[in-house]
Amino acid sequence: MTLAAEINNSSPEKLLAPVLSAFWDQPDSWTLETYERHEGYRGLRKALAMSPDDLIAYVKESGLRGRGGAGFPTGMKWQFIPQGDGKPHYLVVNADESEPGTCKDIPLLFANPHSLIEGIVIACYAIRSNHAFIYLRGEVVPVLRRLHEAVREAYAAGYLGTNVLGSGLDLELTVHAGAGAYICGEETALLDSLEGRRGQPRLRPPFPAVAGLYACPTVVNNVESIASVPAILNRGKDWFTSMGTEKSPGFTLYSLSGHVASPGQYEAPLGITLRQLLDMSGGMRPGHRLKFWTPGGSSTPMFTDEHLDVPLDYEGVGAAGSMLGTKALQCFDETTCVVRAVTRWTEFYAHESCGKCTPCREGTYWLVQLLRDIEAGKGAMSDLDKLNDIADNINGKSFCALGDGAASPIFSSLKYFREEYEQHITGRGCPFDPAKSTAWADNHKEVTA
Amino acid sequence: MTDQISLGMPQLPAPEYPADVRARLEEDARAIIDRYPGSRSALLPMLHLVQSEEGHVTRTGMQFCADMLGLTTAEVTAVATFYTMYRRKPSGDYQVGVCTNTLCAVMGGDAIFEELKQHLGVGNDETTADGKITLEHIECNAACDFAPVVMVNWEFFDNQTPESAKKMVDDLRAGRTVEPTRGAPLCTFKETARILAGFPDERPGAVEATGGAGPASLVGLRLAKGEKPHHRIVHPRGETSGQEGEE
Repeated sequence: MTLAAEINNSSPEKLLAPVLSAFWDQPDSWTLETYERHEGYRGLRKALAMSPDDLIAYVKESGLRGRGGAGFPTGMKWQFIPQGDGKPHYLVVNADESEPGTCKDIPLLFANPHSLIEGIVIACYAIRSNHAFIYLRGEVVPVLRRLHEAVREAYAAGYLGTNVLGSGLDLELTVHAGAGAYICGEETALLDSLEGRRGQPRLRPPFPAVAGLYACPTVVNNVESIASVPAILNRGKDWFTSMGTEKSPGFTLYSLSGHVASPGQYEAPLGITLRQLLDMSGGMRPGHRLKFWTPGGSSTPMFTDEHLDVPLDYEGVGAAGSMLGTKALQCFDETTCVVRAVTRWTEFYAHESCGKCTPCREGTYWLVQLLRDIEAGKGAMSDLDKLNDIADNINGKSFCALGDGAASPIFSSLKYFREEYEQHITGRGCPFDPAKSTAWADNHKEVTA
Repeated sequence: MTDQISLGMPQLPAPEYPADVRARLEEDARAIIDRYPGSRSALLPMLHLVQSEEGHVTRTGMQFCADMLGLTTAEVTAVATFYTMYRRKPSGDYQVGVCTNTLCAVMGGDAIFEELKQHLGVGNDETTADGKITLEHIECNAACDFAPVVMVNWEFFDNQTPESAKKMVDDLRAGRTVEPTRGAPLCTFKETARILAGFPDERPGAVEATGGAGPASLVGLRLAKGEKPHHRIVHPRGETSGQEGEE
């Protein structure tokens, strides 16, 4: 077991490590003034004192891995940018947070947008970029407002614009609001969208590091990845690697949601377990028990109560048969129908499939037809194998990861809850009462666990 | 799901904007185009811009975008129809979107959506007769720790119940000021679209409205600071609001 599991101490002071969220409770936390009062833009000054190549090496040595789902080392992404090629380089921040269950970047940007802007300036200095973009999903106007304001403040303070802090770096930062398309969270679809096209994934290679935005070398990083960089510079890579595990160092935001007593954001070293998070936060809602959960959004295969002690780091979750993803811990209790949950997620994937490739476009459509029938009690036993078969024809055979994500809930729910599917078929209907799983279900009655 | 397919005569060219409107929009469009190294990148914000003029993306609006960017109307239409935030028919001042993705649906989003349909007498993507409210169900809006979530003109209404949602739409229809849980006091859909086009909200107090992080965002931080966890759930969250994590 990992160190985190050995400690088995439910003291939140020891188990949690607020860094990005450390001053979210302070008045006007989103302003430059508050950010600077909490050591803001100090990491940038340290970064500008280094050479860009040394800076890339430093971030690489910190072991920071992408927080958008895939876990690719951030410093390595920066290193892939060819230097001295005479082309403009771009940094594009993926703030298109849309993976079902994922809700970390939006609160981060709402409460602390300057951590992202500082990270952007550092990253652009490293990769020699003079123009960065924040691609924010459009459906979050309160966050857009704060980003507009934070960018304005940063220009006024000389953190953006010409000759940033006298370093010689000229940097423009453009906030770009999307228009409602989950697929644009996929980095090459995001780039097409940012170029004013339908958001459809590109064939790779070439990778964005070689031919990204406007066919120029481009780094695409998640919000939380970039926002984590200033603290690494300010407090040092040794501080960063003192947290988490060897292969998954550092801190991260875990988002607890669903039928838990205290849903919310929990910033902790990588490798904490769901059991530890639930123990410290009051557990599931009173009188109920955990049935299934996702470690990192709906695209990551679901877990059950057997997996409460899986270390929530890239390796730990991978070894248990899922993916860390976005650390979106959606917890459902025993009142929840797994067929209903999976049907709804599948409807989402069918709606959001961009239509570019056949396995995903057609496969998600047929999955929805089968699942709706099963949920309504009109399914046949042979449909279960058909579900598996269609999911298998999408998984790994699609243009991008949306297809793989669509297959995940199917495979994993059939693995752990096949009996529940069968119940829907033999019983000719859903055995669950949806009223019992609502947030207000237990309002007017005594809970007698 | 899809609009009725018409096999009639091809449509005449879209009518132009009146000269004064066009002049104003051209100025805005040039400001948007200037933000990008490649002009076509301005298309998504410009579609938000034309939506801020007419409340939905019209053929006139698409023709305008095509003219400004040197694109064909087919290219613009292809983009405008791909993204769900662009409305393709006249709609209400307030777009009420109920999250019915799995987590919110299970936590009560399905019930809220059903009750609002009954209460307003409209179906999905339909507008009330007074032109105030367009109801729709939406996908995950990145606020799962505040479930069930309703978005109105893309401002957050957290921890909703059927009762709170019905009261909110009643207030909107009665012209009362409605404030979200997180975000600024509601403006109309057109005004919201202008912010999405990249023009900052100039209303005093809009940026700081509703303060910093919401209560759920602070749960972990408060525990880390040694504050006691809540061993009982506070119900209903949002109704008698504020208790959670606030003592």
